[in-house]
Amino acid sequence: MSTVRIPPVLREVVGGNRSVEAQGATVAEVLGDLFVRYPELRARVTEDGELSSFVNVYVNDRDVRYRDGLETQVGPTDTVILLPAMAGGSARAR
Amino acid sequence: MTNQLTTPTIREVTVSEAIEAARGRVIVDVREPVEWNDGHIPNATLLPLAEVAERAPTLLPERSAPILVHCAAGVRSARAAAILERLGYTDVISMRGPLAEWRQRGGAWEVPEPLLSDAQRRRYSRQLLIPEIGQEGQRKLLDSSVLLIGAGGLGSPAALYLAASGVGTIGIVDDDVVDESNLQRQVLHTADRIGVRKVDSAAQTIGALNPETHVVKYPERLTAENVERLIAGYDVIVDGTDNFDTRYLLNDAAVRLRKPVVHGSIYRWDGQVTTFVPFEGPCYRCMYPTQPPDELAPACSVAGVLGVLPGIIGLLQANEVYKLVLGVGETLAGRLLMFDAMATRFDEVRIWRNPACPACGEGSLA
Repeated sequence: MSTVRIPPVLREVVGGNRSVEAQGATVAEVLGDLFVRYPELRARVTEDGELSSFVNVYVNDRDVRYRDGLETQVGPTDTVILLPAMAGGSARAR
Repeated sequence: MTNQLTTPTIREVTVSEAIEAARGRVIVDVREPVEWNDGHIPNATLLPLAEVAERAPTLLPERSAPILVHCAAGVRSARAAAILERLGYTDVISMRGPLAEWRQRGGAWEVPEPLLSDAQRRRYSRQLLIPEIGQEGQRKLLDSSVLLIGAGGLGSPAALYLAASGVGTIGIVDDDVVDESNLQRQVLHTADRIGVRKVDSAAQTIGALNPETHVVKYPERLTAENVERLIAGYDVIVDGTDNFDTRYLLNDAAVRLRKPVVHGSIYRWDGQVTTFVPFEGPCYRCMYPTQPPDELAPACSVAGVLGVLPGIIGLLQANEVYKLVLGVGETLAGRLLMFDAMATRFDEVRIWRNPACPACGEGSLA
């Protein structure tokens, strides 16, 4: 089981968890396992079966786009980090 | 009279002899920088005693060159001369006697233009003690200019500490006015300034903290029309905005003008910091090539934010500014630092330059 860290903007679709455990030997399998349990996550992270361009995925500290994308290997002790673009500041209310 | 106890072999000369011998010798001043800054022999080489063994071979590559070593009284120079002889220097003389006598007897002397005023030395004394800052670094800070995009949660702590520590010019871009709901985290502003323009409130606070800091107010919103004009004159940009429009606008302009941007973002209990140095490290578009829809960027007014969080992230941004201005240490270029206040935990991931980046990649117009 690898650990998937969930960013604040996605926590609402995974029951408020900050991190969840997931099965799978690749990023695609790990995400697939999460989508079964948290169906709403799919649309937030993928687009037409590919990773959304607004979300970066890291295995440990490495961006999977610079490795093997969804086929990047995930070991049982690895940490997967989902990282959508985060714009929040507090300069002004919009 | 030679010092028989510690340095039996060195050659010592009187001040008069030293003045006579100075022509044709490399003069090495083994006092401390703080003494040097009060005045020194022209063309002398500053090499504090503690550094002689390590740096002499680099600063004085010719071991047979005639050398005159001096300090303030002759004690340190005698020790330095002994060290130099052990290192293989063959013609070293040490001046015995007070340096004041050198001046009284008409020896050449110059007082360098002070890098800092007396008041500045007092104010910044705790920073001057830090080897990586010192007077030269403090001068860099005083000569530096930093533009804050936003005088809100992130801009407030950054502005306070950058001004306090002597950043010479702070520009502030913000078209908003102080609202009661800002005061929980935007520590530049005060309860009696509700309704006041944030640039005015910020200038007032900074002025009280450090009257020496020059504050430039831009009560406007960053737009495609004004972004290049606003950032052009600044050394470093601190991005504390709350929306994708501004972040992408700023990124693209900063890449074009090659301005480093210290990026901070916050959301409830979580914050992120990184530094974008154009063409040396990744830019914002390397991470996220196209702008996400705005609903992915809920502002604090919608999502809420912990009061202390922008304080922590804003000060991490200020810390990046120091390193960019001073040219020391390791910035967050190429690394995204994430802070989880709920778990009190920092994580970081690597971010890479994207060769296909629309802003700074190979095919870009920049």
